Amino acid sequence: MQRSFFARNPSVLIFIALLAVFTLTVTVMSEAMGMGVLSTSFIKTLGKTLCLCLIAIAMDLVWGYCGILSLGHFAFFGLGGYMIGMWLMYERTKGIVLGSLENAPLPPTPEEVRDAIGTQIFGVVGGAEIPMIWFFADSLAAQLALVVLVPGALALIFGWLAFRSRVTGVYLSILTQAMTLALSLYLFQNDSGLRGNNGLSGLQNIPGLSGMSQAWVSLWFLWASALALGLGYLMAAWVVSGKFGSVIRGIRDDEARVRFLGYNVEGYKLFVFTVTAIIAAVAGALYYPQAGIINPAEIAPIASIYLAVWVAIGGRGRLYGAVIGAAFVSLLSSWFTGGGAPDVNLGFYRIQWTDWWLVLLGLSFVAVTLFAPKGMGGLFDYLVRKPMPDRPGADLGPDQGSRREVEQ
Amino acid sequence: MGRSAMKGLLAAFVVWLACLGVGWADLQDVLQDNRAAIEKASRKTVDAVLADIAERGGSEGAAFLEQWQDKAVWQRKADGLFFYVETDDKQTYQLIDVSSGAVVGEAGKRDLKNLKPNSGVRGVIGSALVEFQLSDPEPRRRMAALRAIERRPDRSQLEPLRNSMVDEPDAEIKRRKEVLLALLTVRFGADIAERVAAAEGMRDKLSLETRAALNPLLATRRVVSIDGPPDDANVARKLRVGSEDLSEDAAYQMLVSAELALPDIGAEARKAALIASIAEGAVGGVPVAELDSDVARERAFAVLTAEGLAPPSVTAEEREAALRAHEFYEVYTEPSAEVTDAVQGTLGIINQRVAFYQVLDLSLDGLSLASIYFLAAIGLAITFGVMGVINMAHGEFIMMGAYTGYVVQLFVPDYTLSILLALPLAFAVTFGAGVAMERLVIRWLYNRPLETLLATFGISIALQQLAKNIFGTQARPLTSPAWLDGAWVMNDVVSVSYIRIAIFGLGLIFLFLLLFILKRTRLGLEVRAVTQNPRMAASMGINPDKINMLTFGLGSGIAGIAGVAIGLYAKVTSELGSDYIVQSFMTVVVGGVGNIWGTLLGATLIGFLQKWIEWFNPSNTLAAQTFMIVFIIIFIQFRPKGIIALKGRAAGD
Repeated sequence: MQRSFFARNPSVLIFIALLAVFTLTVTVMSEAMGMGVLSTSFIKTLGKTLCLCLIAIAMDLVWGYCGILSLGHFAFFGLGGYMIGMWLMYERTKGIVLGSLENAPLPPTPEEVRDAIGTQIFGVVGGAEIPMIWFFADSLAAQLALVVLVPGALALIFGWLAFRSRVTGVYLSILTQAMTLALSLYLFQNDSGLRGNNGLSGLQNIPGLSGMSQAWVSLWFLWASALALGLGYLMAAWVVSGKFGSVIRGIRDDEARVRFLGYNVEGYKLFVFTVTAIIAAVAGALYYPQAGIINPAEIAPIASIYLAVWVAIGGRGRLYGAVIGAAFVSLLSSWFTGGGAPDVNLGFYRIQWTDWWLVLLGLSFVAVTLFAPKGMGGLFDYLVRKPMPDRPGADLGPDQGSRREVEQ
Repeated sequence: MGRSAMKGLLAAFVVWLACLGVGWADLQDVLQDNRAAIEKASRKTVDAVLADIAERGGSEGAAFLEQWQDKAVWQRKADGLFFYVETDDKQTYQLIDVSSGAVVGEAGKRDLKNLKPNSGVRGVIGSALVEFQLSDPEPRRRMAALRAIERRPDRSQLEPLRNSMVDEPDAEIKRRKEVLLALLTVRFGADIAERVAAAEGMRDKLSLETRAALNPLLATRRVVSIDGPPDDANVARKLRVGSEDLSEDAAYQMLVSAELALPDIGAEARKAALIASIAEGAVGGVPVAELDSDVARERAFAVLTAEGLAPPSVTAEEREAALRAHEFYEVYTEPSAEVTDAVQGTLGIINQRVAFYQVLDLSLDGLSLASIYFLAAIGLAITFGVMGVINMAHGEFIMMGAYTGYVVQLFVPDYTLSILLALPLAFAVTFGAGVAMERLVIRWLYNRPLETLLATFGISIALQQLAKNIFGTQARPLTSPAWLDGAWVMNDVVSVSYIRIAIFGLGLIFLFLLLFILKRTRLGLEVRAVTQNPRMAASMGINPDKINMLTFGLGSGIAGIAGVAIGLYAKVTSELGSDYIVQSFMTVVVGGVGNIWGTLLGATLIGFLQKWIEWFNPSNTLAAQTFMIVFIIIFIQFRPKGIIALKGRAAGD
């Protein structure tokens, strides 16, 4: 009889337990709960980090397990943020408009309300009309559906086009990067209907919750992010543990061989690509209300590459690796760039980390790729004393048994 | 007192003396004859004066008019004679005779009066002057006169211009006079046949001025009519209400100003009237709380109107009906249909030719953009295309080349010399960087292309930040030598800046240089051997390590040179490279990996495509780039291996 899912994947239980402990601790120490050890802005940072961990899991699924180095997943993340941002901004502006029209001598007509909202939102880009893409912005349910549908549809179409014509490897990476670039350039225009480079702002104010303090809102979002991360982890672990997981790992290690075994490689890849895009979009939809603002710069190709950096540093091909990488690098990054790190005085030069952090990150990234392809997650292999196969050549994939370098 | 009387006497004596001469006396006499009109010049009266001066004043008359226009004519209060003046201290003035230009006396500021014609008068003087200037011996003055006519064309200028054509010595001025004469003839010609002929005679002209001058002839105004087009009007076209050219509001406004409809006081005013009439929580019997739709508001307003509490206004249906009942036309201000047809025909032909040249200009633009992409991508065509190494730091090599040029210019102030120095230096610097990178990082990752991508990306962000730390975030100038400034101008439509021609030339040089190296030299042979089959090459005595290193260095070095070229026309910043990296990869992928010609084709395709898309939507280069990338993504669907796909063994597995 087969052992249970959790018995086969002890890391899932450990991870979920750790996540629960973390969430509880943060909750107890938050301002909302009265302890006030952690400031509200720090809780927001933690909540955002959880969202980044979630998208890292998506990236790990698509890259670490399926071998598709997508440099476009932050586009889906951003799109998810835009979709929820539209509702947040529209509803909030509507609240403000209705409030200001409340004392007007005549009750406002629906057209007047719409015009006022349009002027409020699109005044900065010189417009007053509400574009067609904001058609559903009034309805939370519709926008929540769009959070999943729009990035999902984009991933489906793009993936279908790309996989169908057998674009693989680095070509696919470049193509996904081009997609991200195209999307961000498009959103940078003022007439894209999403406020150009101003982006959507004021997202931290949740309509209908105006009475609630930001301390509580941040805590709620932390819980939601933790829940999403836990569920995402569980789902990803379940997906990769079964037969499906074996097939996508096979695709990563030798696509042609899997195809010859009779599997529909393109279908598998498309499924993974689309599902991970949706996970990324959900993460984005949770992230941006905590960040408060979203603009096209968030979607720039560089963001997606950083995502790959996190996963690589954390260790791809293992879900907890992706989470560790995202949390570690993004927190460290905000510590360094936020001026938290002390300057290093070399006598002849003072290293200020706000200037030098990226250099350090870039070089450590090179070091990780060269010397520790398993990333930080590889450390756990030493802990559990995983037996290492003794075969010639270095692993090409992150797992044992993956394709190896052949003697040339 | 005595002194000024003496001066007056002296002046009278001088006048008398001068009267013995010829010409001068005439002008002063002419002026004195028109003294009252000159002193109190007005737009209406000045014409007679000008005619008199033109007739009797000779060339001195023209000079006088110029001075008069410049407010430089002074009148002596004592006797009313006119002079030009010179002064050192603004207290005492040397009086200069209006025709001989000699100093004939001196006067205090109080004894003189400055003539200050108003702007209307100055305008009239100006156009009168044009007649004099058209035949001025000085070509510069004649050109100025032509420009004056272009600015303020007038019926009166037609004859003088035609007369001045005959003995015009300068060919260029004569050509311009001809154009101008034709334009004036079209507008002010004696009869319709003459005007039509003039309009048709201009078909071979292309200049912007011609087009600008012809356009006013097609000026239109809008008229309303109830049935059919207005009689004896030169109708341009019928306007549809609610179309882009005539919004409903504008159409209704026309009806109102033609007094064919009641003015619509507008929703805002109606709302204000409603607010003003709120009494006991209701307006006109309708409770305020119910006034949250336009229909309810209109109903309440109708009640107010009926009670005489508000001005009558129109309802939406009445507005609609009024608009339906009328027709709107665009009518030429020029009454003759033959003339407007001829002008339209001429403009059509001119526009066709302009369109042709625009396509040519666009193609040249596309070509120069293509050569920039080609330069940026050609290094990549070697490292990525031939060796298969994804080098995300390629853009940073371009940046390093540009900064090398900047640093060289800091030390070598001569721009020509510094660019000549910068090119090989940039090559050396990036060649070194490329070799170092290959030795330290890339050679360990030849079997893991995805990780090469990530590792080189790490190098790319490190280099970018390093450049920021060294050179700061602001853009640094890389100045091109003076002989590269300016542009090659073919006509009003087509022009190409020299710098773009130079970049095109540089691109060509590198194309052939690389082709030569790869196809005709020992190194090229070894490079191709190693990339096709390293083990076989090694057993033939080639050192693959060395070849890989040199190839990578070569590709990187070319990126450095591209950096200098790109830095010449774009500002040098640390982000310079990352702006080009995605496009460069696109260029190589679209063109077909492993083939220099493919890169050329890819760059050409992308360059032209981007310019053409920009042409459809010129205000928006961002959209052009978006559409171009989308196009490339779709293009890859149909030719996944690029335009030129390698075949056989060269294609590898």
